[in-house]
Amino acid sequence: MQQNNPNTAKIIKAYAEEKVVTEPGTTTKTHAIDMSNIVKSDVDAKLADEKVCIEITDFNLFYSGKQALKDINMTIPDKRVTAFIGPSGCGKSTLLRCFNRMNDLVDGVTIEGNIKLEGNDIFDKNVNVADLRRRVGMVFQKPNPFPKSIYENVAYGLRIQGIRDRRTIDTVVERSLKGAALWDEVKDRLDDLAMGLSGGQQQRLVIARAIAIEPEVILLDEPASALDPISTLKIEELIYELKDKFTIVIVTHNMQQAARVSDYTAYMYMGEMVEFNDTSTLFTNPNKKMTEDYITGRYG
Amino acid sequence: MGNGVKNQHISRQFDDELENVLGKVLAMGGLVEQQLNNALKSLIDGDTELATVVIETEIQVNTYEVTIDQECTKILARRQPAASDLRLVTAISKTITDLERVGDEAEKIAKMGLELTEKQGPKSYYVGINAMGNLVSRMLHDVLDAFARMDSIRAVEVASKEPESDDQYSAILRQLITYMMEDARNISGTLDAVWVARALERIGDHSRNICENIIYLVEGKDVRHISIERMEEIVSNSNR
Repeated sequence: MQQNNPNTAKIIKAYAEEKVVTEPGTTTKTHAIDMSNIVKSDVDAKLADEKVCIEITDFNLFYSGKQALKDINMTIPDKRVTAFIGPSGCGKSTLLRCFNRMNDLVDGVTIEGNIKLEGNDIFDKNVNVADLRRRVGMVFQKPNPFPKSIYENVAYGLRIQGIRDRRTIDTVVERSLKGAALWDEVKDRLDDLAMGLSGGQQQRLVIARAIAIEPEVILLDEPASALDPISTLKIEELIYELKDKFTIVIVTHNMQQAARVSDYTAYMYMGEMVEFNDTSTLFTNPNKKMTEDYITGRYG
Repeated sequence: MGNGVKNQHISRQFDDELENVLGKVLAMGGLVEQQLNNALKSLIDGDTELATVVIETEIQVNTYEVTIDQECTKILARRQPAASDLRLVTAISKTITDLERVGDEAEKIAKMGLELTEKQGPKSYYVGINAMGNLVSRMLHDVLDAFARMDSIRAVEVASKEPESDDQYSAILRQLITYMMEDARNISGTLDAVWVARALERIGDHSRNICENIIYLVEGKDVRHISIERMEEIVSNSNR
């Protein structure tokens, strides 16, 4: 198929013109598709209409004087899935760990600004941290079941709260395992050791353990990055089911995962919140060039 | 990053794939443009040989459409493009449908040209059609140019000419109806000329659709089914 129309040749030449762009000291040849004309829109997020669960105001965090979070202002909507994306070291996990004060456990951490959960400052000196962590549950990248039976793993939180009634605990264990979409797979071996489960099952067990104590918020830190694709999909499906009852915040390196599971997505870079937008907008028409570069794989 | 100079993907292979498919779209556009110009020329000059060429070119245009579609599907499946990459793929996928239909319309014009030449109709049929053909051909040329440059301002300019082609279509219809009323023996030939005008009007519509695809690609805004004034406003207000 050849084109012998002079117009065609002209157009192709125009599009194929290689642009030489110079940065101070270097010469970078950009590729032939010049997307420099592509501009950002200012589509407003639907965020304003959402009920607020967590409100972060002028928040800064320092690790031994080194600033890891810079002027974070955002609201995490209630009963929605909010995803944090960004390159390694951008502060997304650090921010996530602030929501249940996990950073208290790290030496040399100082903070400025405040974070409110349901309107109450979580850093207030009257806050009982154990109680905060009951309200804000967390699931980590590597499944971390206790070296106990499946049943005891889920019942653990209740026992700590002093609940002894066997029937109550049975009910909660069953409801939590069902909630974590694990019940059918383990109901006949609840007394088996949790370590005998597959990675994906262990991760769902950990989620069952987290929801057993009925938190308001569930923080997920890379919950599927150590799992195979099918287990990953099961976790994602679970997130979808859980958002009716819980506010979910997920940190993920997998952008497609953020696109699939979340309602809102925050893109962070170097400790700053670059863009926080509803997920559909962020992945089709982001406001910021930096976000665009990252999600299209032009970052680097 | 973020300083607007890094247009490359980390994956060079992805760049190559996008470049390749965009190149094919522009080649297809060039082919369709040529098809339209040849169809108009064959009609005006009564050149039956050229009309045959136009009709035969249709196969090539169809092949382009199918190939580009396959490549778009492949990119969607393998790359999961986001943001402007995603808009580029969807804009391409829609644009080639419009281009293919422009090709169909050009083929119709060529076929009518063959019939009109046989019927030896009066040349005065073509006065309006020639002017409208030039307008529509210009629109198609400019919209392809805007696509190649990803230029939304140019796209709005082209889209704003579409009502003009509608006006010309109405004028041609009135003129042709007069011929039919003057002499009933003209009706058959005049009807063919009506079909040609209709085809040109459709090509104007398809060109406008492509303009809308370009604006979606560049601005991320859906400008279908809105007035030209609103479209101009959106493009001029973009935070360029």
